[in-house]
Amino acid sequence: MLLEGKKLLVTGVLMDSSIAFHVARLAQEEGAEVVLTSFGRTMKITTAIARRLPVAPPVVELDVTSDDDLAALADRVREHVPHLDGVVHSIGFAPQGAFDFMAAGWDDVSTALHVSAYSLASLTKAAMPLMGEGGSVVGLTFDARYAWPVYDWMGVAKAAFESTSRYLARDLGPKGMRCNIVAAGPIRTTAAKSIPGFERFEEAWGSRAPLGWDVNDAEPAARACVALLSDWFPATTGEMVHVDGGFHAVGV
Amino acid sequence: MAQSEQEILAGLAEIVNEETGLEPSEVQSDKSFTDDLDIDSLSMMTIVVNAEEKFGVRIPDDEVKNLSTVGDAVGFIAKNQA
Ligand SMILES: NC(=O)c1ccc[n+]([C@@H]2O[C@H](COP(=O)([O-])OP(=O)(O)OC[C@H]3O[C@@H](n4cnc5c(N)ncnc54)[C@H](O)[C@@H]3O)[C@@H](O)[C@H]2O)c1
Repeated sequence: MLLEGKKLLVTGVLMDSSIAFHVARLAQEEGAEVVLTSFGRTMKITTAIARRLPVAPPVVELDVTSDDDLAALADRVREHVPHLDGVVHSIGFAPQGAFDFMAAGWDDVSTALHVSAYSLASLTKAAMPLMGEGGSVVGLTFDARYAWPVYDWMGVAKAAFESTSRYLARDLGPKGMRCNIVAAGPIRTTAAKSIPGFERFEEAWGSRAPLGWDVNDAEPAARACVALLSDWFPATTGEMVHVDGGFHAVGV
Repeated sequence: MAQSEQEILAGLAEIVNEETGLEPSEVQSDKSFTDDLDIDSLSMMTIVVNAEEKFGVRIPDDEVKNLSTVGDAVGFIAKNQA
């Protein structure tokens, strides 16, 4: 099994449509022991959804905008596993105002950056005391090299997120740890459905991706996360792997 | 095993009570989740997830929009439980 004996922290499981749900599921099927995080009022939903995984994992509290939660993370995780071999960042949020590029104010933009970009660094830092040589951090992005319709400041936040991953690669490398991200095509999750006009991506992907694309299937993206968490990419860091049916590779 | 609408209503009322603290007796068929029971979208998600588990049905996100009253939800569950 690909992740035999590995201990993983998986953030971002909300519903069973969440990309992170499928990462957790496949990771367990591949032999990993998983701990989930959730926060505030979503904690109850995550805990119920966790029972739909092959093994119901413990759920620890983590709001990535809370310094207290970040400071307590290592101890909270240690109640369930002695160390970590990998961390999955599957967190994204932007207030509705951030999806109007020219009108958005700094309040909305800064929230998007805090939750969706800076959190990759703060989460990694918080988990560091539990990780050692061979550790792997994996995050999820929506290819931010382009200006998309509707994505707006979330797109800018994702550009910052991708850059954050490269800096983490720089600083984790000497410790033998990796940081990579998966650029997934559009998947119908709770976060995606909160983006006004998300259908435009669904339509474009279906017709343009050389391999085709199923917006209801998070498994391809989840598989890539599992691969990057495994020991099969030992010399890969600061990388962005596209799992988008090949959309990024072709023109119109 | 299918349950009667009465049983489903009682079960749903328990779930709503757990999430919101509303008396189960207030959870009646003609009540609107949002307007009468004041249930927000996050609470609704919690209720849906718990109802799926309790009644062994799948309530797709796109369907949730159509379940505006308690009776709508009971009807959907009854129809899909068989
Ligand atoms: N769905 C897509 O089309 C798509 C495509 C590419 C990348 N992504 C990325 O995948 C990741 C997961 O999103 P998803 O699509 O599975 O949606 P989702 O709604 O299932 O997951 C988003 C998660 O972020 C969590 N979150 C939000 N604010 C948080 C906070 N302050 N602290 C901790 N957690 C917080 C939510 O609880 C939720 O679990 C995101 O980074 C998203 O941008 C999604």
